[in-house]
Amino acid sequence: MSNHYDPTKDISSSAAYPEVSLHPHHEDDMAFRKKVRKTTILLSVITIIELAIGLAIYNIHKGENPSAMLVLMFKGLVCILTLAKAYYIVSVFMHLGDEIRNMIMTIVVPLLLFVWFITAFIYEGNSYKNLRNTYDPHFKETTMPAKHHKAETPAEKPSGKE
Amino acid sequence: MATQATVHQTKWWSGGKSPFNLEYGKLMMWYFLMSDAFTFGAFLISYGSIRFSQNFWPDPNVVFNAFPGAGHANLPLAFVSVMTFILIISSVTMVLAVHAGHKGDKQSVIKWLAWTIVGGLAFLGCQAWEWHHLITGEHAVLLDGKIQLIGQTTSVNPWGRLIEDQAALTAALNNTPHEALVSLVHSHDHTSSLAELTAKSDTELKGMVNLAEMHIREKGPVAFGGYFYGITGFHGFHVFSGVVINVIMLIMTQKDVFQNRGHYLMIEKAGLYWHFVDLVWVFVFLCFYLI
Repeated sequence: MSNHYDPTKDISSSAAYPEVSLHPHHEDDMAFRKKVRKTTILLSVITIIELAIGLAIYNIHKGENPSAMLVLMFKGLVCILTLAKAYYIVSVFMHLGDEIRNMIMTIVVPLLLFVWFITAFIYEGNSYKNLRNTYDPHFKETTMPAKHHKAETPAEKPSGKE
Repeated sequence: MATQATVHQTKWWSGGKSPFNLEYGKLMMWYFLMSDAFTFGAFLISYGSIRFSQNFWPDPNVVFNAFPGAGHANLPLAFVSVMTFILIISSVTMVLAVHAGHKGDKQSVIKWLAWTIVGGLAFLGCQAWEWHHLITGEHAVLLDGKIQLIGQTTSVNPWGRLIEDQAALTAALNNTPHEALVSLVHSHDHTSSLAELTAKSDTELKGMVNLAEMHIREKGPVAFGGYFYGITGFHGFHVFSGVVINVIMLIMTQKDVFQNRGHYLMIEKAGLYWHFVDLVWVFVFLCFYLI
């Protein structure tokens, strides 16, 4: 019986919530400040990179011969950077990273629904566009962006790039 | 035997303590935020779905290119980056307020909470300016056979395809009423006053319009306005309620409510909400301004 579990061991000294121990917060002050400073700089740097990519996309659009592939790649990169920012905000600023694993899972696992959610609805929207372009000539005619400015001189660019 | 290995581990599920080691209110705040994430997610995904169903969507760098006090200068992404940094910084000050709460340092809690509130109000001010600018801005659009000056509302979008057919524009100009001609000339010619222009005849005004430089567009997808105002408005409402919550926390701290309770857990819960507001903005920023 010597290893009988004693529930009053290592719990909070605070009388208000005796069932909760507050030990994850006892990290020392300097380490905490360093962590916050590091995360702030990280978030700022990622935001600046995102802005630079946004301006790059703008300049590609303005340019003579915009490459749809390049724009798509940049947009994908911005999405990944945004997810990185979200990770740092949730795990450091909201301290989710310091919680018990089971608790983290009850938050994160339901959010996995977003994977299906995003894929299905983007696919749906795209499919609707394709159907309308096939069966509704008026829609296609009134909304399709004009081929880029110099469409009348196809001889200049023999490659099929958009 | 098996107990031998686990004896030094905390038995979270054997009763007497919270299995997640979280105070009830804080855990429920997490679940509320998760459900709120789904609400925002549903809005943003609906926006994405509509956007993918269109052949044309306005370029955000063309739509959001204004800066307060910069007049008609073309500054894509500048203002929204200011708004983003305001929210990031206010999130940092909130982290510091929560940390001060852990140490029971009342004066620091008050100081950092106050800065967080300032950041929230600054963000709301920026958003108010941006909405005002979008709604009242005048953009030349070829609509119903004439050139009209319209702003971004939930019923019309002035950022459609650029019109390059000069003949159609000239024909539309002939149908354009006097007041529209006056504002059209005034929008790019600042040498004469509005009164002077109003006194001029239609033919004179038409002679002053430089169609090639005007960048006249068709109307764009209507859904743009609804989604933009709906989602940024819903986020702005969250910021607003976050500011209200923080003000209440500030008053309660001031009145020693938390000091007497012996802990500042309430500040932590308000902090979670405030960080969530910042988190959502990261995605709103991505979906509306970057891609």
